[in-house]
Amino acid sequence: MAASSPPSPPPLGGVGLLRWVWRQLTSMRVALMLLMLLAVVAVPGSLLPQRPQDPSAVATYIADNPGLGAWLDRLGFFDVYASVWFSAVYLLLFVSLVGCIVPRTGQHLRAMLAPPPRAPRRFDRFAVRDALTTLADGDAVIGAARAALVGPLRALPRFRVQVADEPGGTRTVSAERGYLRESGNLVFHLALVGLLVAIATGQLLHYRGQAIVVEGRGFANSVTDYDTFVAGTAFSPRSLVPFTLRLDRFTSEFTDDARPRDFRAEVSVREPGGSDAREAVIRVNHPLAVGGAKVYLQGNGYAPEVSVHDAAGRLAFAGAVPFLPEDDRYTSRGVIKVPDVSTGDQIGIVGYLLPTAVLTPAGATSVHPQPDDPLLVLTVWQGDLGLDTGVPQNVYELDTDAMEQVLEADGTPTTFFVEPGQTVDLPGGLGTFTWDALPRFVALDLRHDPALGWILGFSIAALAGLIVSLFTPRRRIWLRLTTADGRTVVAAAALARGDDAGLSAELGRVMDAVRARTDDDGGTDDGPR
Amino acid sequence: MGLGELSTMLVWGATTAYAIALVAFAIDLARLADHRTAQRRPVAAGTGARGAEATGDVVVRRSGRAVGIAMATTTLGLAFHLVGTVLRGAAAGRVPWANMYEFTLMGTLVAVGTFVALTRWRDVRFLGTIVIGLVVVALGLGLAAFYVPADAVEPALQSYWLVIHVSIATIATGLLTVSFASSALQLLADSRMRQLAGSIPRPRWRLTGRRWRALDALPSTRELEALSFRITAVGFVLWTFTVMAGAIWAEHAWGRFWGWDPKETWSLVVWLVYAAYLHARTTVGWSGRRAAWFVLVGYATVLFNFTGVNLLFQGLHSYSGL
Repeated sequence: MAASSPPSPPPLGGVGLLRWVWRQLTSMRVALMLLMLLAVVAVPGSLLPQRPQDPSAVATYIADNPGLGAWLDRLGFFDVYASVWFSAVYLLLFVSLVGCIVPRTGQHLRAMLAPPPRAPRRFDRFAVRDALTTLADGDAVIGAARAALVGPLRALPRFRVQVADEPGGTRTVSAERGYLRESGNLVFHLALVGLLVAIATGQLLHYRGQAIVVEGRGFANSVTDYDTFVAGTAFSPRSLVPFTLRLDRFTSEFTDDARPRDFRAEVSVREPGGSDAREAVIRVNHPLAVGGAKVYLQGNGYAPEVSVHDAAGRLAFAGAVPFLPEDDRYTSRGVIKVPDVSTGDQIGIVGYLLPTAVLTPAGATSVHPQPDDPLLVLTVWQGDLGLDTGVPQNVYELDTDAMEQVLEADGTPTTFFVEPGQTVDLPGGLGTFTWDALPRFVALDLRHDPALGWILGFSIAALAGLIVSLFTPRRRIWLRLTTADGRTVVAAAALARGDDAGLSAELGRVMDAVRARTDDDGGTDDGPR
Repeated sequence: MGLGELSTMLVWGATTAYAIALVAFAIDLARLADHRTAQRRPVAAGTGARGAEATGDVVVRRSGRAVGIAMATTTLGLAFHLVGTVLRGAAAGRVPWANMYEFTLMGTLVAVGTFVALTRWRDVRFLGTIVIGLVVVALGLGLAAFYVPADAVEPALQSYWLVIHVSIATIATGLLTVSFASSALQLLADSRMRQLAGSIPRPRWRLTGRRWRALDALPSTRELEALSFRITAVGFVLWTFTVMAGAIWAEHAWGRFWGWDPKETWSLVVWLVYAAYLHARTTVGWSGRRAAWFVLVGYATVLFNFTGVNLLFQGLHSYSGL
């Protein structure tokens, strides 16, 4: 960003005011403040729960802090990164950046075409200088100096070199390097703008869907087959590649103290046009690329396969029901809704799956996530499940408004335990319950963002530009040649922008090259250092 | 005794060696100040202003028993530290940077390594008191509060990005520790110089007393600033890389490259503060003292990102193992 100019009072008139605002906005001082302001306004999002990440935590927070919570919500503190004030700060920062970088790009292009600055009249005010006397003539000295300054690549010179004649018969060599510093700086800032545009484009075109898939089942890549599906405003459902995916097997590995070590989902994928299904493995950190999207393994659990016969002995329900894990021992909660009974009330079964159950006087708990000794601990409700009202229901929750729990004589809910393969009578004479098998399920996350490549490209450009702009030295070197009595006296000076530890070494390199090359022409005679 | 226990013993040994080195560095700095004051007294007559006598190199070469002991114990500690960290990795069967104890181990190793490497290039032993002081505190905290036994990692960490992303982040943290030390000394020395010169009539903290004499032995504030800038510039580039590599890994593991996880947010805050520092250095009226404050604020955010975010917030980066 441009070096700041001293602030001037606003001149009268609308255009003048606008010009003043624009000059302030693109000044370095304002850019500096916007950078710090952006850092400050990003912080609340890490302190308060955020709606996109954890909506239930936001609801809890608002319930716990009624007055403050409502105000924070109104001011956008629960979705900081989409709030007006956060967006305003970063958009202003980018406007400031563009307003600064565009004129600077023009200046830089002009500077690259301009010759290096002329040699100053006196060299003795420079800290880094050198001198030598040689028997070679001026042209030889200039040739040697130019070769050392330009370096091996003529197309990409180290220094840009300009030779000039001064009145009084002396000749000067002016050289400058470090234009790449500004080039890198501009590339870095322009790449940041590109990054912002690419991310915004990706937001418009992306889609992501989540699906829970039980072992032996599959799903098709269409909007309706996902449990949740979100997409950018410019997304078209027709852009979904209609592949199908089947979960063949899921395996997990845990340490003895229940720390996860490995999850593997073995799947078969069938892409449109492909004749055979191909087999693949999805693991954490190893998503599967299919149909232009990536499929991630985001979660897993158990989906006990159960069947329920009603009081009349008819099969009322059969299927695998995902139970969602609630802790690292995979104590999992699930709901089995049985609407299609032939007689009597509808049945709702709620309870827990314990993969490795241990019965204690206090109750049943799971001690390990692997299904070493699985047990279902269930209670039963009867009444109206509320499925016929037409309002979509959460499959993991039981709407108990029109239902009644089956209770013991002392008023506590009747609990029944089931082991795999067992058939037990439902309490209250409602029928029988059979646990047939224990397949696993996986939660798959499918995402597609067409801008990822651009985002990566701009990131790499920004990093490269940053490195070049921070570590390219900016140096100027001047030589002045005075010819007398067949000898050439060469005085040299070097100047760097900022502190530059390598400046005198650079000048030494050039002078050594002059010495070495002109030795052949008659030898040098080192002057005072 | 297993490799893990041997590693812990070596880290204890390193911490002890560093503690001895810290005392020796402090004694050296005090002696040096005595020496300097004695030398200057007839000339500078109480103003104590310095900077003008600095001659190109960062500080006058010196040798003394205290600084010799300090460097020897630091090097010994570094050797213990290095072997302890390698054994830790061997015991766990992976790279030794997957939980908070190990981040502390690696970050301090890089800080001491950077410091020792810098002393070979230039005499920056005056930084020893601050760098080794921070390292002793960090290692003590790591051993006492963050320690977990060596073990394999969960699936989310099983990626070569663990090697790239986390190692560069810890190296950046180590470098930013050294640049923090340099900027902090710059501010202290500058304040003392101004107070002695009388340009701050009623300072909030008095730095003119004999206890702060050691500040006179430092290189000029301009040189401290230049040193801090060079190290910060490298640290900033590495931090930029850390954030980018983290985004790529997040895309692989979690299916999105940026999700405003607390660690992601704070990494951006760190990046923005150091970016502001780089801008401040080239802004009229903001270079020098003001810019140095940015380094202090930046390092505070680095420390919070490492400790506060891991321990206080629930996020996807909850790998402290605590």
